[in-house]
Amino acid sequence: MSAAEIIAALAPLVPGATYEELVSADAAVTPTLLVPREHIVATCQALAGESLGYVAFSDVTAVDFHPNREPRFDLVYHLVSPHRRARVRLKVRLANDQPAPTLTGVFPGAGWPEREIYDLFGIVFEGHADLRRLMMPEDWEGFPLRKDYPVQLRKDAQTYMPLQVTAEEFKANMERDRYQRTAAKPKE
Amino acid sequence: MGLETDFEIPVVTTSAEFLIQWARRSAIWPVTFGLACCAIEMMAMASSRYDVSRFGAEVFRGSPRQADLMIIAGRLSRKMAPALRRIYDQMPEPKWVISMGACASCGGVFDNYAIVQGSDQVVPVDVFIPGCPPRPEAVIYGIVQLQKKIAASRLDQSPKVRIA
Repeated sequence: MSAAEIIAALAPLVPGATYEELVSADAAVTPTLLVPREHIVATCQALAGESLGYVAFSDVTAVDFHPNREPRFDLVYHLVSPHRRARVRLKVRLANDQPAPTLTGVFPGAGWPEREIYDLFGIVFEGHADLRRLMMPEDWEGFPLRKDYPVQLRKDAQTYMPLQVTAEEFKANMERDRYQRTAAKPKE
Repeated sequence: MGLETDFEIPVVTTSAEFLIQWARRSAIWPVTFGLACCAIEMMAMASSRYDVSRFGAEVFRGSPRQADLMIIAGRLSRKMAPALRRIYDQMPEPKWVISMGACASCGGVFDNYAIVQGSDQVVPVDVFIPGCPPRPEAVIYGIVQLQKKIAASRLDQSPKVRIA
C-alpha cells in the first residue's frame, strides 16, 4: 500500500486528522506518514484494525534535530502487517518538553521502548504505567541522547547500588512475606 | 638454605613469608567475570592453545568468594560499576585486580558518559595490560608480572594482607 492509499483508508476511520506523506529513501517498502500528536493513538488503533491489518508493533524510537529544527523531536513508529507483508512508518513531531500519548493501550509491548525513549531523550509519555529509567542508573540526571547533552561528561563513578524500593514498599513487602510465612506454617 | 646436605631425607629450609607468597603466586584463581570483547581473549588464554595453567592461574571460579584475582576484561559501564565493586568486596583477602585492555584501564575509545574512564576509580588495580584487546600472551605476561609483584611483596607491609 502506498502512502496515499493508507491516508485514504484512514480518513473515514480517524475523523479530523490530517496526514502528510513524508519523503523517505525506502518509500516503496515503507511509506512514511506525518501524524498529528493528538491523533497517534487513534491512528494506530485504526491501522491495527481488521481493514488495514498492521497488527504487529515493530518499534518506536526518537530523533533529536536540535538545534537545526523546531519542533526538535521526531517520534518514529514502525508497524508491520505480517499477513499482507506491508510496513508503515509514522512520525510525530514534538517540541521541547511536549509530552506524547502512550501507545500501551493499543500495543502493550510499546511500554518498553517508550521507557527507553523517556530515559534517553526525556520525552514524557502520558498515561504510561511505569515510566522509569531503563538504561541509565535510576538516579541519573539528564537525558544522554539529546543533542545538547555533554557526551564526554566527567563524573565520579558511583560504587553503590541505588535502592530501588521506597521505605514504604520495603515495609509492605516484609509484612506480606511475614503473612505468607505464618500462613504456610503447619499447625501444631 | 644449607641444612639440606646434613640430612638423609630431602629437606628444604626457607622463610615462612617466602613459602606463603610462593603458594599464593603459584595458584592464582581468577573469578569468572568478563565484561566485553576482552573476555574472549581471556577465555582463549585459559584454553589449551595458550594454556595459562602452566602458570597456575587456570582455575576460573564461579564464585568471587573462592577467587584471588579479578580480571576486569572489557569496558566498565557506569551502571556496572556498583556490581563490579560488590563482586570485588565479596572476594576474600588477599586479592588482586588486573585491568585488561584499553577500555578497562582508561575508557579506551569510549570517551563518553556511559563508561567509567578507568576502573581504578572503582577498585584498586595491581596490573594494567594495554591492548585493544590484548593478545592472550599479553594477558599471561600480565599474570606473570602480578606473580612477580606478589613474590616481591612483604607480608607485614602489605595493607591488604594481615598475618594472624
